[in-house]
Formats: sequence, structure tokens, C-alpha cells
Amino acid sequence: MIKFFLIVNKQGQTRFSKYYEHVDINKHTLLETEVVKRCLSRSNEQCSFIEYKDFKLIHRQYAALFIVVGVDDTETEMAIYEFIHNSVDVLDEYFSRVSELDKMFNLDKVHIILDEMVLNGCIVETNRERILAPLLILYVRKLKGSIFQTTWIYRKC
Amino acid sequence: MALKMVKGSIDRMFDKNLQDLVRGIRNHKEDEAKYISQCIDEIKQELKQDNIAVKANAVCKLTYLQMLGYDISWAAFNIIEVMSASKFTFKRIGYLAASQSFHEGTDVIMLTTNQIRKDLSSPSQYDTGVALTGLSCFVTPDLARDLANDIMTLMSHTKPYIRKKAVLIMYKVFLKYPESLRPAFPRLKEKLEDPDPGVQSAAVNVICELARRNPKNYLSLAPLFFKLMTSSTNNWVLIKIIKLFGALTPLEPRLGKKLIEPLTNLIHSTSAMSLLYECVNTVIAVLISLSSGMPNHSASIQLCVQKLRILIEDSDQNLKYLGLLAMSKILKTHPKSVQSHKDLILQCLDDKDESIRLRALDLLYGMVSKKNLMEIVKKLMTHVDKAEGTTYRDELLTKIIDICSQSNYQYITNFEWYISILVELTRLEGTRHGHLIAAQMLDVAIRVKAIRKFAVSQMSALLDSAHLLASSTQRNGICEVLYAAAWICGEFSEHLQEPHHTLEAMLRPKVTTLPGHIQAVYVQNVVKLYANILQQKEQAGEAEGAQAATQLMVDRLPQFVQSADLEVQERASCILQLVKHIQKLQAKDVPVAEEVSALFAGELNPVAPKAQKKVPVPEGLDLDAWINEPLSDSESEDERPRAVFHEEEQRRPKHRPSEADEEELARRREARKQEQANNPFYIKSSPSPQKRYQDTPGVEHIPVVQIDLSVPLKVPGLPMSDQYVKLEEERRHRQKLEKDKRRKKRKEKKGRRRHSSLPTESDEDIAPAQRVDIVTEEMPENALPSDEDDKDPNDPYRALDIDLDKPLADSEKLPVQKHRNAETSKSPEKDVPVVEKKSKKPKKKEKKHKEKERNQEKREKKKAEDLDFWLSTTPPPAPVPAPAPSTEELSVNAITTLKDECEDAKTEAQDEEGNAEGQDQDKKSPKQKKKKHKKEKEERTKGKKKSKKQRLGGEEAAGEPVQNGAPEEEPLPVRA
Repeated sequence: MIKFFLIVNKQGQTRFSKYYEHVDINKHTLLETEVVKRCLSRSNEQCSFIEYKDFKLIHRQYAALFIVVGVDDTETEMAIYEFIHNSVDVLDEYFSRVSELDKMFNLDKVHIILDEMVLNGCIVETNRERILAPLLILYVRKLKGSIFQTTWIYRKC
Repeated sequence: MALKMVKGSIDRMFDKNLQDLVRGIRNHKEDEAKYISQCIDEIKQELKQDNIAVKANAVCKLTYLQMLGYDISWAAFNIIEVMSASKFTFKRIGYLAASQSFHEGTDVIMLTTNQIRKDLSSPSQYDTGVALTGLSCFVTPDLARDLANDIMTLMSHTKPYIRKKAVLIMYKVFLKYPESLRPAFPRLKEKLEDPDPGVQSAAVNVICELARRNPKNYLSLAPLFFKLMTSSTNNWVLIKIIKLFGALTPLEPRLGKKLIEPLTNLIHSTSAMSLLYECVNTVIAVLISLSSGMPNHSASIQLCVQKLRILIEDSDQNLKYLGLLAMSKILKTHPKSVQSHKDLILQCLDDKDESIRLRALDLLYGMVSKKNLMEIVKKLMTHVDKAEGTTYRDELLTKIIDICSQSNYQYITNFEWYISILVELTRLEGTRHGHLIAAQMLDVAIRVKAIRKFAVSQMSALLDSAHLLASSTQRNGICEVLYAAAWICGEFSEHLQEPHHTLEAMLRPKVTTLPGHIQAVYVQNVVKLYANILQQKEQAGEAEGAQAATQLMVDRLPQFVQSADLEVQERASCILQLVKHIQKLQAKDVPVAEEVSALFAGELNPVAPKAQKKVPVPEGLDLDAWINEPLSDSESEDERPRAVFHEEEQRRPKHRPSEADEEELARRREARKQEQANNPFYIKSSPSPQKRYQDTPGVEHIPVVQIDLSVPLKVPGLPMSDQYVKLEEERRHRQKLEKDKRRKKRKEKKGRRRHSSLPTESDEDIAPAQRVDIVTEEMPENALPSDEDDKDPNDPYRALDIDLDKPLADSEKLPVQKHRNAETSKSPEKDVPVVEKKSKKPKKKEKKHKEKERNQEKREKKKAEDLDFWLSTTPPPAPVPAPAPSTEELSVNAITTLKDECEDAKTEAQDEEGNAEGQDQDKKSPKQKKKKHKKEKEERTKGKKKSKKQRLGGEEAAGEPVQNGAPEEEPLPVRA
């Protein structure tokens, strides 16, 4: 089971967080800083798995962004490692080269994408088309470079 | 008025949206907190508006702030308002905020029940989807109870998009409302064979998660899962199933036997590393659960180790790490097969990555033998010198000690070597583990009698150079070693070469800078040493020498009397008076040595750690009962001065029964420890072993091997362990020669019967130079090691330990909304997929609930037999026992698959079905087809590999229908 999914930048600021098990809001920041500290201190030569408390952290770096996934021992590290790549792939596809700003300005959309991929801590969907389908019904795909202007097309009900 | 409204809506145009908020926060880096509180004020204003769009925008911003760590629970009601918006865009924002911020403690959550129910039954699949997604995050027991039936209905929705979500949510519902598990389980099971792979995968996920907690209830599903495992090509699903089997095999060893083959096939065939790793893991688990009786047992272990070696040798650090991790699991049961890869693991110690080095260290722990211990430790010692970070160095240090001391120093053949290793370790700077080294020194010196002389000489050298250890940083952990050194030198002072010299070293003024508990030990052991010197001098008739020693004591002890540490002060002043008295006696030429050494007479014997529990507690003694009732803190004494005494009388009788209450005792003990730790006036129990003066007649008979004194015992400086390695090698060589001689003699006697058997040096051949006095740690009846970790009564998964094969009683049905027709569960929505399946697999119909009831009991029995039958691996599977139209077919299918596979594998081991998708369709005649397909297959696998090199998702057809999950599977992304 996936416990949480974090996207943080190199400065350690959280850019996206999703918890699949309730964690008290006051503990979020503490947990995130702890986790990020551990991940940021790793170099590329080091492996991407860290044992932290009672879960395993799997992290992957994409330019200035770190994606950290916390899982319990029922998940296979390697599979989650690939899953991270998959999720970045999907985000990339939607945002046409995803950047940190994309995630900040379109937090809700990142949530939609991830909610399609992971539900209840389980990976449910890995197919790019199917993940993006609900989102594309709501919004048109973002065009490259148009970070700041989002075209809102409301669904016709 | 109208103008005002227009003005209001114009104002709204200038409301910040999420982008503005994010930008604003970025622009206010200096006063971020102030800016955000300003924004929150604005949001509060916006939430007061009637316009739902404004509210949604506000809630959207709140979600962002929540991510930054701001509490937004105050807006819970507004979030619910947005959730109930009719427009999907707003609804989604509401649900998102709810899923991020709601939890069981949110009281307004009960207001959402009807809204969620409405959304769940909405005609739009996205409404339903978003409700399900949100629900997964904030479902409460109440919500679970009220909505269980609705969600269960959705499990049979026409759209796979909804089905898979509903199936996954059920897991959370089960957790919160365990009563729903039994009624919902048949349908969940049905979903394992859903035509849509996504739904199938979701069901596998849920059942795996359930089964992991209570595996025995799910054993009957094994045939079904087995079938899935052999037929599915979806790696995500495979991994889950294989993990599940790992949990099931300990309960049913026969299952393990059945699994080995398909798993090894998968190991051979798969190119996905994650799957390979999982297979290896499960094979290991299976082999652990199987005690014996596997013909190709060692072969599969060999295969695993081989594959892991490939992983470890890979340049990818992740694979290396996982390889080592899995290797350590094999190590527990098959140390021999791992030991052959010692070179590789030692190599990993040089890795750049610390976590890999730590894993390798873990492995080394299990790999040592008498033969290679010295070599491995030597290697580790070089790493200790090279190591940069203190944490890693400390880890190395503990590992060295762990490795050496494991199972009663089983692998140490030469304790002189070990002592010198310990002494070398004291040279580490800034280690936290001084106490560990100290404990080892004490343990070895006490338990290995033959080594005492050597140990004492080393320890006196340590004491002599104490200034080196304690110089730089006083609170340095390493000075703990001096504690051990002082104690050993004092206790075994008869072995000292120059006691006078050591005495002086221990009385140096520098000693007063050491921590209190060490000084205390110094003071105590100075006296032991002193007693010893007195005796020696008096025996030699050197009255002057004895008096000189006394004078030294009288001169130096006052420095301890002035100590700030109570313990030191008290001991020192007592001893000072004693020595002064002795001085007077010496002046009168009275022999005193006899009496002084009588103070420390008695043999010290090691005692098992839990031996104290063996001593019967005198009747009526309750160490946990208060002698005087403590004044309670909570009640202020001014207000109720009498209450204390009054309550005391009341409480008394309550204490008695609680004596038997173990938990309470443990708790109190813990509390007492805590209190003692915080109490500056409480003298902490020092880690020194208990001294017990008792005559144990059993000690003498323990054979103690005399040391072969080829080592110069008087070592001038600090010792070097290396020289002992050489000496040990020589010793072993000699031993071997002797043995060979003996053997030759024997052989000659026997008449050269087995001249081909070369003398191979095995572990057993090396006799230790010194023997450890092993204290068999007898465990009292009430101190079983497994006692402590009982199941946690608060474990949420315990409630899900439900027998799923029992027939469902009417009372157990899920609560259904009354105003709604109970028929909903059989609405056309549900029937459609069932009908579909019917056409494919007619056996499905028996899953229908109602018909079941009557022959439920019968079937239950059959099920059990079924599993037994499925598991018994008699090669010619008897024709299906009875043409029962029910669950049998499932397992029968599995059997045929299995049988064919067995034959398959027997005839051609390499050509496995693992890499051929859909082979189970043509399982009827695998032999004939196989040869035909061989080439085809090879091509296919090649093609597959190529396509797998593409990035994930790349192979999906772009034009495929979006909602109806096409039944094609997505292979796991594979590392190129």
C-alpha cells in the first residue's frame, strides 16, 4: 500500500502532497521535512530506497523536483520506482514538459491525475490515455509555454 | 441595490485565484506568514458569498494552503457546500479539499452522507468516480455502514471505471465496518475474474491486502489465484499475487511445492526486474516454509542466489540494494549458498552508497564462520579506518562486535585476537559505542578464564594511556572503556605484572575529569589493587613497599573525596578512612594484608541475564507496592489536606489484587524507571555485572583449555590484532598437522581404506584456543522470549479476521436504505456483466447468492476437500470427483493447467510457458503446439523485449475507447 506521495523541490518546499492514510495536519510538515532531508542528502550514486520508521521511501529526482513515495512492506520497491516514472510521464504528457510551476499553478489537476492512478493506496491505472481521459473532458490539454493562461472549458451538462 | 450587486460582481473579478495566490506567496518571501494570513482573511470573506463559483475558488486556494501545512478544518462546512454543487468542476474541488482535510474527527462529515449517496448514484460516471475517490480518503465507520450497500452495488456497475474504484473502496469500508466483509465477499471474489483487467487488478489488490492480515481465511482462494498467476501477464497483478502466495505458504506447505515450479519459470522468463525480485522473494519464503522433501530444493535456491548475484553485480544501485536485501533472507535458512558469494559482498563494503554498505554488513553477520571470521573482521577494521561519517563508523563498530559475539562467541577461536580488536576499536574517535566495547571486554574477561591474564595486561596498558582516550572530549563515549579496564584490572589484579604501576595510573589527578560512574569504579578497584599489592609485599617481607603503597593511597584519595559526584565522594571517604586505619596498623607492624584482601574474596561467576527471575520472591514482598503512599500531584494540597490520608485507606485493598496484574506491574516498573532516570539524586544502576559470592561446585568441572603461551604476554604498547591473526594461522596449521598425523596413524591402522579422502579443513576442525564458560541461559517459566510481543488488541485488521466460507445469515445482510427498493442490488446495472460472463463461463451462475443458501454447508465441505485435492500433487489427476456444477470447476481448471505445465516443464525445461501469453487457452495440447511455436515464441519474446524498452504506456493504442478499459494489459515498465 502506498502511504503518501510527495513532490518537493530542491529547497525542500512541498509542491504536492497526498496522503492515503490520515496524518494529522500538524505532523505533515514534520514528516515532510524529515523525509525530504533524507532524500535530499542522497546523491545520484546512492540507491533510491530508504528505510524510514516503519515504511520504505522510494525517491526519484527529475531536474529540480524530487518525487518521494512512502510505502509499507507490501509493495515492491522496484515497482514503485517504475510507477514514479510512469506518473511523471503522464504529467509530462498533460503539461507538455512538466515543470515545478505547472504543479504549483495546477495543483488540482495534478490531484486529478494522481487520483486516477492511485486509489486508496493501490495503483489502479497505468495507461496514460485512460488516466488523462477525465481530465481532458474537463480541460483541454495545456499547450507548451502557456503556463499562465489556462483555458477553462466547462463541461456541458 | 442593483448597482451594489454589479459592483460586487466586479469586485469578484479581482478575486485572487489559485495562480494569483501561488504567485503572491512567491513574491512575499520575506513576510510569507503575514501574506498568507491576509489571504486567509480574504478567503473567509469569499466563503461568505452566495456565489458558488467564488466559494469553489476559495476552497481551491485553501487546498493549496493545506498542502503548505495550514489547518483548514474551520472551513469544513464550506467544503461540504462546494461538494454539493451541481457543476462538476466545483464538486470536484469540494471533494478534493475534503479528501485532503477531512478525517474521522471531522464532525460535519455526517452531513455528507446523503450528498455522497446522491453522487454515487449519479448518471455521470465522473460524479460517481470523484465521490468514490473522495470517500476513500475520509470514510468513517458511520459512512461505511450507511454507504456499504451502495458501493457494493457499484461493484457491478456497467463501466469498468466505476467498478474498479468501487472494488478498491470496499477495502476501506471493510476496515471501518468489518460486518460488511462477509456479505460483500462473494461479489469481490467474482471481480477476480472480471473481463476488465483494471477491475481484476483492483480485486487482486483488495484481496491481497485482506489476506495479508489474516491469511488463513483466504486459503481456499489459492486455486483461483494460482490460475490467475499462470494466466495473467499484467506484472502489477502478478507481483501482488506472488506476494500473497508468500503469505499463504507458511500455512499450507503443500501450496509451496506447487508454487516452486511456476515461480522458477517466471524467474527464468521475466525481464521485469521488479517481478523477478518478487519471485525470488517468494521462492525464498516458500523454501523457508518447506522443511524438506523437495527434490529440486537446492536447485531453486541456487537459481535464486544466482539471479541475486546478477542483481548485485549490476551497476544500478537500486538493484544492488534489493539484491542484498533478498540475499539476507536466503541467508537465514541457507547460509551455505550465500557464503560462496563472500567476495561479492565484501566488495559491496567498498560501495559509495552507505545504505548498500549497511546491507552488506547485515549479510556479513550471517556469513562468518570460524574459518573466515578473522579475515572478515580484518577487512571491516580497514573500513573502520577509512570510514568518513561517524554514523557509518559506529555501525561498523557495532557490527564487528555483533559478528564476533554472536551465539556465545561461537566463531572466535582466539580470544587474544578478539581482545586486541576491542582495544584497537577504542582508538576510534567520537564513537558513541564506548559502552558496547566496555561490555564486551567485561564479558570476555569474566567468561573466558584463560584470557584473563592477557586481558589484564591489555587493560593496564589502556589505563596507562587513559589520557589519550579521555583527553579531547570529556563526554566522549569512548571513556566508557576505562570503566571496564579499571574493573578488570582491579578484579583480576593477581594477574597484573606491575600492580604498583597500574595503581599509580589509576590515581592520577587526570582521573577526576572522568564521568562520575567511571571514577566510582576507579575508586573501588584501586582498593582491590591495593589489597593485592599489600599481600604481595607482605609475603615478600617488604614492609616498606607496603607502606609506600599505603602512603600513595593516603596522598591521592582526597582528590576523589572532593568529587562532586556523590557516589565517588562516599566511596572515596570510606576508603580513605580505611586506608588511614591500615596505615596506623602498619606503623605498629601488624600484618594487615590478609584482612584487607578478605574484603574482596570470592570467585565471580557469570550469571544468565534473566537468572534473577529464578530467585523466588519472598512471600509478602512486593517491590512495586508503595511503602508510603505518594502525595498525588494533581490535587493541590492546600485545598484538600486530609484527602490524602483518607484515600490511602481506600486504595489499599485495591493494591493487593493488582499484584497479579502483569501489565500493571510492567507499567509501574516503566514509570519507576522513568522517574529514576529523571531524578538527579537517584544512583543509577551501573552496568557492572552482578557480583555473586556463592560456592558453586559446578565451576571446576568446566574444562578450561590452557593457553598455549606462544604470545608474548607483556605487550609494551597497544596491541596489534594482526599479529594474532598470524599466530592463529600458525596455530591452526600446527593443529592441522597434528590432526593429519593422527589421521595417518589411524589410517595405517585401518589399512588404508580411504586414501582418496583429502583432509579438508572444515569449521569443526578448528578448535578454539580458549573456551568460553557458557552459561546456559535458563529461562524461567514466566519469561518466555515470545511472551512480549502478543498481538496488539487495537489492531484494526483483527476485526477483519472473519471466516468467509460460512454461509451468510440473513441478519448479516448489509443495511439498505429503506426508502429505496431493495431490488437495487439486482438492478440491470448489475445484471449486465453477470450475463456477459455467463456466456463465457457458465459456472459463474453458482456465485449467485440466493441459490447458494441451501447447499451452502455441502459446498463448504467440498471446498475444503477441493483445496486438499488441488494441493495433492498426485501426477495422474483423478477424474473430477463429482460432476458438481459449482466451485469445483475452478480448481479443476487449475489442476489441468498444472498437470500440463508439469509435463511441459519435464519435457523441455527451458521452453517455459511463463513468457508466452495466453498459453493457458491452448493448454489442451501444449506438447503438439509447443514445438511449432518455439520459433514463434522466440521471436515474440524478442519483440516483447524491444517494446518493453519503450517508455511506459508507449505501446498503448491511442485511439482505443477511453472509458471501457480495453482488455489488453499493460506490462510493467521495464528497465531498458
